[in-house]
Amino acid sequence: TVMAAPMTNDQSWFYALALGVSFLKCLLINAYHSTDFEVHRNWLALTHSLPVSQWYYEATSEWTLDYPPLFAWFEYGLSHIACFFDKEMLVVPNLNYASPATVLFQRLSVIVADVVFFYAVKECCKCLREDKGKDLLGKPSFILTGLLLWNFGLLIVDHIHFQYNGFLKFIGIYFVCVCVLLLNLKHIYLYIAPAYGIYLLRCFCFTQSNAVLVTLGTIVLSTFAVSFGPFIALGQLPQVLSRLFPFKRGLCHAYWAPNIWALYNIADKAFSILGVKFRLLDINKLPKASMTGGLVQEFQHSVLPSVSPLATLVCTLLSILPALFKIWHRPNGARGFLRCLVICALGSFMFGWHVHEKAILMAILPLSLLAVDSRKDAGIFLMLSVTGHYSLFPLLFTTQELPIKIFLMLLFTIFSLASLKTLFRKGGALLNPLEVTYLLGLIPLELICEFVYPLTVWQKTFPFLPLMLTSVYCALGVTYAFIRLYNSLLTCSDTTKKTKMQ
Amino acid sequence: MENWSLFSLCVLLGLTSRWAVSFHSYSGAGKPPMFGDYEAQRHWQEVTYNLPVHEWYFNTTNNDLNYWGLDYPPLTAYHSLVCAYVAKLLNPEWVELHASRGYESHSHKLFMRATVLFTDILIYIPAVLLYCFYFCDGSSKQKVATALCILLYPGLILIDYGHFQYNSVSLGLALWGILGLGLGWDLFGSLAFTLALNYKQMELYHSLPFFCYLLGKCIKQGLTRRGFFQLAKISLTVLVTFALCWMPFLSDPKQPLQVLHRLFPFGRGLFEDKVANTWCSLNVLIKIKTLLSRETQLFLSFALTLLFILPSSLKLLSKPNLWQFKLALVNSSLAFFLFSFQVHEKSILLAAFYCTHLGFCLFLRLMFFLFVFFHSMLPLLVKDGLLLPYVVTSLAFLFLSLYLLSALERSTEEELRLGLYRKLTQRWLPKLNLSRIIKWKFWFSLVAMAVLSFTSVWLEPPAKFPDLFPVLVSILSFLHFLGFIIYFNLVQLMEPQRKKSQKKTN
Repeated sequence: TVMAAPMTNDQSWFYALALGVSFLKCLLINAYHSTDFEVHRNWLALTHSLPVSQWYYEATSEWTLDYPPLFAWFEYGLSHIACFFDKEMLVVPNLNYASPATVLFQRLSVIVADVVFFYAVKECCKCLREDKGKDLLGKPSFILTGLLLWNFGLLIVDHIHFQYNGFLKFIGIYFVCVCVLLLNLKHIYLYIAPAYGIYLLRCFCFTQSNAVLVTLGTIVLSTFAVSFGPFIALGQLPQVLSRLFPFKRGLCHAYWAPNIWALYNIADKAFSILGVKFRLLDINKLPKASMTGGLVQEFQHSVLPSVSPLATLVCTLLSILPALFKIWHRPNGARGFLRCLVICALGSFMFGWHVHEKAILMAILPLSLLAVDSRKDAGIFLMLSVTGHYSLFPLLFTTQELPIKIFLMLLFTIFSLASLKTLFRKGGALLNPLEVTYLLGLIPLELICEFVYPLTVWQKTFPFLPLMLTSVYCALGVTYAFIRLYNSLLTCSDTTKKTKMQ
Repeated sequence: MENWSLFSLCVLLGLTSRWAVSFHSYSGAGKPPMFGDYEAQRHWQEVTYNLPVHEWYFNTTNNDLNYWGLDYPPLTAYHSLVCAYVAKLLNPEWVELHASRGYESHSHKLFMRATVLFTDILIYIPAVLLYCFYFCDGSSKQKVATALCILLYPGLILIDYGHFQYNSVSLGLALWGILGLGLGWDLFGSLAFTLALNYKQMELYHSLPFFCYLLGKCIKQGLTRRGFFQLAKISLTVLVTFALCWMPFLSDPKQPLQVLHRLFPFGRGLFEDKVANTWCSLNVLIKIKTLLSRETQLFLSFALTLLFILPSSLKLLSKPNLWQFKLALVNSSLAFFLFSFQVHEKSILLAAFYCTHLGFCLFLRLMFFLFVFFHSMLPLLVKDGLLLPYVVTSLAFLFLSLYLLSALERSTEEELRLGLYRKLTQRWLPKLNLSRIIKWKFWFSLVAMAVLSFTSVWLEPPAKFPDLFPVLVSILSFLHFLGFIIYFNLVQLMEPQRKKSQKKTN
């Protein structure tokens, strides 16, 4: 086995990139923030003011606590610092309270929490193969740092829309055995739990001593115990679970995530329109067109069979089973694990119930690690990241943020394209002409949805048509990337030199 | 990475920071009855759209000159007119005569900010890119780094996108002028600079270097033959441009006089507000504003300005090359800022702007100068509620320049400039360790500026001196500027002909 080459001593570029992106985040403190801002303020308030037994029952605000307990503890910790900024934000009935001090505190908390993410990225870069003497802009570690720290999706979701994803990704990337920790913080990481579980079981538990199995088991159980413990003791476990997994919410989110179900919905719509046109269906028997409405509710499909939560679970498991089986059969070291991780994340995104479009980041970020290592993965990364990031555009729908999202998107896209192209100079183009055409098609799509459509008469009667167009167009790209990823996983052979990743 | 991608990344970073700063407050936000520069620009759109040309600069019932009367040359007025047409399309309430006074709304703010971004993208940014590409020394990485520093210079960003002004138009046009002169297209350069002059009369600060450079070049070509024709062509271009810009005002002799009266308000006194120049600082010790008569003040300021720009202009006249030209621009703008009449603190931007274009040779000093220039605008920015962007952009700029400095292996050119001081001091103070003194000076100034920034915001001034902190900022900046003007004059006057290949001088 070949050990990873040691990093050069000069690390100042890392701090330059990290500081630079932090300054940008500070400048964006006054940008638009979504209802997620109020969500987190509410959680600060209720963890601070109420006893633990009330946390998952509190319903003064519509934004009830729907993350796992460890995140609640995190908010509880934050609330003690929030006291120094503005005590009023910690009062539960102060709905939609957003004084300048509150905004400053919440934004700063995300920015500071991201420092943890920076640390993880730094550690990650240590594992990359380095060619000595390469100039800075062509170094894989520099490119990877740029792709992760300046990731467009993270910037707009965390620092404008408002969430805490970066800080959570730290744990995901660095600590392999802390999948449990993740599950206790944000249950979206259930998407990738199977990958972690299978890989861990395969690599550590059956090849090494039982001591490892016992240690891992203890860690898993004890973390769950500490985090869920108080709630189990109070007998609130069913309530917690019902808050975490609200299956009443409908197959798709208000804005359809670009997954299989978006394509399914559009096919259903197309069939129903054609059916009515050709007199095969009676228009009165069809349910009202509520699917394109912007509200989160359950709805029925008209022509194709309706989809239930169980069906989506089965589809998801079916989609990720081959990958899990592959790494069980032949774990290809760190790369194989990462590939499987990405596929699990993407599979859950494609077939899951009530998927949020932000979940695409769970697949894009790990894929960045693979992209700086192999040409094929770089091509898939470019497809997935550009499409995935574009699908996040509807999150920032205000006019004021329009230039920001366009500039940042261009910034990230140009950076990833140019740097990956430089990295893999030899061996031809990264993207074939069809892929390039598809990606270029995003430009007219953006012009139509954002500039042309609002000026037409249809804006009033079909206001959600641009959203539908965006999610369907992006769903095509995401599906394509999924297929290509699977293809590369199933056809890749063992590499002769296994580079060990921590 | 290829050049085009690096340059586009710089541009995108610059654009993102500009637009992010524009989220914050503007001058006079929510402060009736007078508001601020933002309302002034909106008011000019209202005036130019609704009133006929011959009424724009006159005090009539429809045009109250006391409420932000037009005091920039005609090109600004035409620009406001164009913006007004667009405003009318979007929402007529924005430019309603009289009724739109003090109009403030989120969508209007977006519109106004968008107009600034538009002119920036059209005029300023291409000029910067071309300038860095053609006229910066060093490898392509150094060119990109220079472009990044220029585009991220907080002074211009905060004044244009925070306080609210259109400096990027006049500075951009002036930069096109320099580009033209540098590439040997004298007519194009003169045209661009004349347009800049007709946009903001502050560009007069730079007119002398332009004049001396062109005259010097023509003299070198021989005043009896080619030189004379060249001079004639340039003069014709300038005159025609002026005529075209002022055409609507030439019908009646009263018009241009009134416009000039508005542009140069000698009636307003030596200075207003706190500004980091000689007169304001001197006023702290002796009240010259009341001591001397208006005429004496005018004469004194004229004389001192002339005194300080004459040496550099004459040197440029004798040696008309690009390096001397750039230095002369800096010296001229500093001299005007320090000694001229009715100077506003924002005018320091002009000097700062040309400093950025001096290029990598004076890198460390440059960044320091730029920083000081920026710091001198602190009182203005705090008044506008722009503290957060001020802190973030200045820290970012400081770290960026320090990082790029260390990363790009500073050459011994620094030592060349240092050698100048060494020559001077060696005669009288041979034991001095010059580089250490300069380092200490640098850090001391930084600390002083940081302390002043902190106290200006967090501490209450004593009741006897309510303006203590702005005055301290002005005086500290003034002392620095005085040092700079002496330094730059020395560099220009004692400089031997630069050895590097002159790119496109003729």
